[in-house]
Amino acid sequence: MGKDTPVSSAQAVEVRGIEKTFGELRALRGIDLAVNRGECLVIFGPNGAGKTTLLKILATLMKPSAGSVRLDGVNIREKPAEIRRKISLVGNQTFLYDDLTVYENLKFYGRMYDVADLEHRIREVISWVGLESRLHDRAGTLSRGLQQRASFARAVLHDPPVLFLDEPDVGLDPRAKAMVGEILKSIGSGSRTVVMTTHNIEQGLALGDNVVILNRGRVVYQASRQELDTADFRQIYNEHTETG
Amino acid sequence: MKAFSKIFVIFWKDMLTEVRTREIIISVLVFALLVLVIFSFAFGTGAEVTELAAPGILWVALTFGGVIGLNRTFAVEKENSRLEGLMLCPVDRAVIYWGKLAGSFTFMLAVAVVVTPIFLALFNLPVFLPRLALVIVLALIGFAAVGTLFSALAVNTRARDIMLPILFLPVVVPVIVSAVKATAPVLAGSPWGEMSTWLQIMAAFDIIYLVAATLVFEFVIEE
Repeated sequence: MGKDTPVSSAQAVEVRGIEKTFGELRALRGIDLAVNRGECLVIFGPNGAGKTTLLKILATLMKPSAGSVRLDGVNIREKPAEIRRKISLVGNQTFLYDDLTVYENLKFYGRMYDVADLEHRIREVISWVGLESRLHDRAGTLSRGLQQRASFARAVLHDPPVLFLDEPDVGLDPRAKAMVGEILKSIGSGSRTVVMTTHNIEQGLALGDNVVILNRGRVVYQASRQELDTADFRQIYNEHTETG
Repeated sequence: MKAFSKIFVIFWKDMLTEVRTREIIISVLVFALLVLVIFSFAFGTGAEVTELAAPGILWVALTFGGVIGLNRTFAVEKENSRLEGLMLCPVDRAVIYWGKLAGSFTFMLAVAVVVTPIFLALFNLPVFLPRLALVIVLALIGFAAVGTLFSALAVNTRARDIMLPILFLPVVVPVIVSAVKATAPVLAGSPWGEMSTWLQIMAAFDIIYLVAATLVFEFVIEE
């Protein structure tokens, strides 16, 4: 089988031996992960554990120092443009242009992704995030919570089968968090594969099929969600992320 | 063809943003006009000054004004991590470069379209000089090609406002010198022959800059 040939696999995301160094700092130290199609993997970990670095590598925004990532059986370094059609990323930055309206932002990203029947698709995703009445408002005039909802609309515009979420509710007030939580639930309930990082244990356990704890660039714990309850997991998290 | 349409989409986005904010055009325009006015008061506007200093004055205004505009080219993408949003799009990195380049060139050209007639009027020269338009277009292509690349490089540095001119000006010296040398015979009404060598030099450097920048942009923008 040639190296470009996609491997037929139930795994949507396959990470093998990923390492990332920034000068002397080893941000990731041999990460191995696998996420099956349609499943949600939630990555927990303290600040500086390497969660964002890992997601940036998965999203082709950063090259690993060692190791490989396959999405749908395709190595992301070999066909990055093809991979980017299949993925999207929502972080705590929205990627939206403040001086363009929500509609113009979606139109811009939709054209970049060659979204078919773009006008209809924009109406669909904007209705999904409940922003119909603000569609023609400039993105910069929306509250942080509404901007994050628009960011979700941007992320799913091209209907990516794999979605990366990097602490998507950071910096939101409780009401906005609840709104984003509803969006996350509907994302997790579909056939989309989701990899999410969060500090929110309750929300992470509610959404995830599998959970991982990352600490100091290593996977220190992984389990199926079914094996866990919230109180136990909190204790497990504390044990595995204690310094020393 | 798809790459061209994506380049246009990025260009359209930059134009729309600029039409809304007028952030780049206004600041560059004001700066360039101030330079013209200051130099015209300092040197006067007689025939001797026109022959010796006027070409240099025009290109000081357009070059340093251009640096101000180029500083914003990628700064706007850095805010809100929009650059990551662009880099997530399923397009070659060179498409992003050419999209931003088209925007930078258009902004600089728009400034030149306003500044140049004022410059010509200040120095009592005919306002319609088609040959000068050719010099300006060739020089601005070179400026935009190098400036867009270095703007992407400088945006990740802490002192990007200082870093861009330090990187940009030494590299575009051949274009600046050629532009000044090609402008002088235009203002003096000399024949084409006196400027053709400088036009060829500018065109050659434009091609070198465009090819080199397209090839290295991917390495500049990633990490």
